Amino acid sequence: MQGRPRTLVDKIWDSHLVSAETAETPAVLYVDLHLVHEVTSPQAFSELRARGLKLRRADRTVATMDHSIPTRLATNGKRALAVGAAGEQVKALEKNCKDFGVPLYAVGDERQGIVHVIGPELGLTQPGFTIVCGDSHTSTHGAFGALAFGIGTSEVGHVLATQCLLQRRPKTFAVEFSGRLAPGVTAKDLILGLIARIGTAGASGHALEYRGSAIRALSMDERMTVCNMSIEAGARAGLVGPDETTYEYLAGRPFAPKGASWDAALARWRALPSDDGAAFDEELHIDAEEIQPMITWGTSPGMGIPVRGVVPDPKGDASLEKALRYMGLEAGKPLLGRKVDVVFIGSCTNSRLSDLREAAKVLRGRRVAAGVRALVVPGSQSVKQQAEAEGLDRVFRDAGAEWREPGCSMCLGMNDDRLEPGQYAVSTSNRNFEGRQGKGGRTFLASPTTAAVAAVRGAIADAREVLS
Amino acid sequence: MKPVTQIRSRTVVLPIDNVDTDQIIPARFLVTTSRDGLGGLLFADWRFDEKGQQRADFVLNRPEAQGARVLVAGRNFGCGSSREHAVWALQAFGIDAVVSTAFADIFRANALKNGLLPVQVDEDAQAALFGAPGAEVVIDVAGGTLSTGERRATFPLEPFARYCVLNGLDELSFLLTREAEISAFEAAAGSVPWRTS
Repeated sequence: MQGRPRTLVDKIWDSHLVSAETAETPAVLYVDLHLVHEVTSPQAFSELRARGLKLRRADRTVATMDHSIPTRLATNGKRALAVGAAGEQVKALEKNCKDFGVPLYAVGDERQGIVHVIGPELGLTQPGFTIVCGDSHTSTHGAFGALAFGIGTSEVGHVLATQCLLQRRPKTFAVEFSGRLAPGVTAKDLILGLIARIGTAGASGHALEYRGSAIRALSMDERMTVCNMSIEAGARAGLVGPDETTYEYLAGRPFAPKGASWDAALARWRALPSDDGAAFDEELHIDAEEIQPMITWGTSPGMGIPVRGVVPDPKGDASLEKALRYMGLEAGKPLLGRKVDVVFIGSCTNSRLSDLREAAKVLRGRRVAAGVRALVVPGSQSVKQQAEAEGLDRVFRDAGAEWREPGCSMCLGMNDDRLEPGQYAVSTSNRNFEGRQGKGGRTFLASPTTAAVAAVRGAIADAREVLS
Repeated sequence: MKPVTQIRSRTVVLPIDNVDTDQIIPARFLVTTSRDGLGGLLFADWRFDEKGQQRADFVLNRPEAQGARVLVAGRNFGCGSSREHAVWALQAFGIDAVVSTAFADIFRANALKNGLLPVQVDEDAQAALFGAPGAEVVIDVAGGTLSTGERRATFPLEPFARYCVLNGLDELSFLLTREAEISAFEAAAGSVPWRTS
């Protein structure tokens, strides 16, 4: 098929085929990088033990702890340790990594952090790679022009033992964002706007490729925010073709190629972007200028509205009515001015340095409103150190927010960072599902800027108005 | 994995779209190192109230739902987190098949690796099942059909997954037979630089 224009996904797919798919059998797809964490791996290691299998490629496997670990300090000033079942799970990861030879960035290691934050910052994530992890937000790594997707625990076992997966080629879906984002509109608004438009199953079976001038103008941190939430549109993956922004980010990272290897890698990477005329299974064009700051009102990431909008009429739809009831909201009413109890700034969607800088811009010289609890949870030890070097921790503390240790924290409430029943939170994370941040808790998803403004106001507000 | 050729059961109907895996099993229960014992946690926050008592109005708690092994749900079932615990919890509770008009990709893959059948039907077939909770259905894996009395719907199944479900085979065993090809691929790709420290 020499000469046929190919997409980015085609090129990565074709170069990782141990064997191509047939009508009867899926492709055997080779995995370049396998990221492992404490929650979705123990049963996979047990399977390997039961079958007497070894880890195939320790050099392509990296583990960390992020989901269930506490992010607070204990009374002795040291980081609190996981206890009970979570403690057992962390110990299981330590033992599994030791027994099977997996490099582990445990709590206490300066490379520890949320799995989708540390992969990129260490330079483990590279263009053209296939990357998997037992976590749906693995799509984050697609920001580098990698084919990155979440897998279940059975598949974690497959990759540990064989470095391969049985897969059918995903269909492709190009979303072109033309123009530029308006001032005060962020990457989070862009992706929440897309999901509100195409729905939570809008990209099922597809790999999204984000294209266009508005995407090119985004930093790597911002592209990661966009690709991160591809899964909330149902996509198997979300990618951005690599460009100078990508290479500039990667240069000098610990695991990025060096010297002659860098030059060779760069030559390979430059050939990755989709060819002119490459055909996608689906295409959509969005004028980036029309995107407004977004916030979700319901219990699915697709239930998003402009922050100045009103809660929609469910028109008899049982699922929408259920969401309205759970959220305690009324159709036709605005969200502006609605009181919030908690603000969470963190998660693999928005816990990188630039996210913290955006939140700090709002909180500098201001106070978190009385009665509001605000948590700022950096995505990694590296992010935490950089933020502290810039004095951002002081900004947050002075404003009355909690400055935490790195982890997934209140995004999914697996540790003790949870909403109380009935509480409302503005959260920079990725899911507003019922009880996601704590049983009975109610989540509004938004950007770090909108979240920080809500912390200051004690209510949902339009950041453009507050900051102007 | 046990071979599955046919499922014959009453249905239990949950007509909600976008049932996510956080509902199927909330994240706070994922602090386990086992795949067993999750049946009691299925839909924990929908089945139980604040005091841990069963909510009488939730479909899975109703007397007529007891013993039903086919769950009929709304569109985009299993969206969200990749947790395979969702599949393990459904199976441990006694569910053998989920019927919907669409499944989230990762959930579908996880289900098939455990012999839980994702039965994707069209909206007409779903509406008929929604309208007749507790209907007796017969799901035929080889033929890809779901029958209710005279009515018959078809559903797609990826051929290899169908073969594995019918024969109780797991993918890992298949992948392990491809060792020579995997090694050959690695040798050919050996020039690609990787970890430098």
